[in-house]
Amino acid sequence: MSFEKSNVVVQPVDREKVKKIWKVAILLGVVTGIEFLLAFTMPRGNLLIGIFIGLTIVKAFYIVAEFMHLKHETKVLIWSILIPLIFVVWLIIALIVEGGSILQVR
Amino acid sequence: MSTTAAVINKPQRSIWAGGQSPLKASYGKLMMWFFLVSDAFTFSALLVSYGMIRFSHAAYTGSAEAFNFSQEWWPIPEKVFEAVPFLHGVPAPLVFVGIMTFILILSSVTMVLAVEAGHRMDRRAVEKWMIWTIIGGALFLGCQAWEWSHFIHGTEAGGQWIDGTTIFGANLVQNQYGPPLFASLFFFITGFHGTHVLSGVILNMMVFYNTAVGTYERRGHYEMVEKVGLYWHFVDLVWVFVFTFFYLV
Repeated sequence: MSFEKSNVVVQPVDREKVKKIWKVAILLGVVTGIEFLLAFTMPRGNLLIGIFIGLTIVKAFYIVAEFMHLKHETKVLIWSILIPLIFVVWLIIALIVEGGSILQVR
Repeated sequence: MSTTAAVINKPQRSIWAGGQSPLKASYGKLMMWFFLVSDAFTFSALLVSYGMIRFSHAAYTGSAEAFNFSQEWWPIPEKVFEAVPFLHGVPAPLVFVGIMTFILILSSVTMVLAVEAGHRMDRRAVEKWMIWTIIGGALFLGCQAWEWSHFIHGTEAGGQWIDGTTIFGANLVQNQYGPPLFASLFFFITGFHGTHVLSGVILNMMVFYNTAVGTYERRGHYEMVEKVGLYWHFVDLVWVFVFTFFYLV
């Protein structure tokens, strides 16, 4: 029985890169912690909802930009992913207004 | 004379003219990205529908302390999701779902580390981080199973149905916590997300297997880890939105 010696060269760990990954992870954890804290310390209202949405977008940015590496792709790729999402913005506005109107006629 | 002219007038080829990849990403990665865009539309449609249906129901206006479940208004989510395993009867609003969020974020981190190890052709490290990612995904699914089971069986006190009878838990017809649509949307949105997590775990297992048997090493690159990684981060991304719009707001 012969053991095939692997001739793959393993590169050493890039400490900077790994540190960056954990930094983003801690940031995501802290933002989630803040959301959690605000849910119990702030009165419910439009301000709180606004803060929640803002923090969610912050988290989404870091996941997509760093974890999914989109920030480091070419500009064309970034825009071809982001521009179609305009439809979602339209859908949000359209359906939230619609929901309010349904409540009115109920 | 003509030779010099040919050199000067060499036509400038556009990056779109072929022969190179203008997006500097492989076919597989690009297709994963565009699949994720379409999946983002599906999830946005579900979450925006939640918003519309919520806005078409009356909101609870009293104080949070005096809140009780009623068919009249949309429930406050932190009053619905306040149970934690092994702490029966202890109200701990959003604690369990917070733990689930942390589990998913952590398994996303281990996935990035697996991708990073793949770039370095480090098979052992890829194996290690893929195992952690799979464990994270499985833990999340277990938590979700518990969450569903609790939601379906309901609280000890139960809630009042329209005809005055006391009902326990929620299904697609009745819901002790509020309007039946609240339960339907809970099952639909978290169920659809859970299905994504499940298929993600299966894909992760497949990647782990292929890494362990050396498929990617022979292939000379670990791009498959990257592609499945993109999908896994997307699942995490969706949960960030579900967490905010279903549990926090």
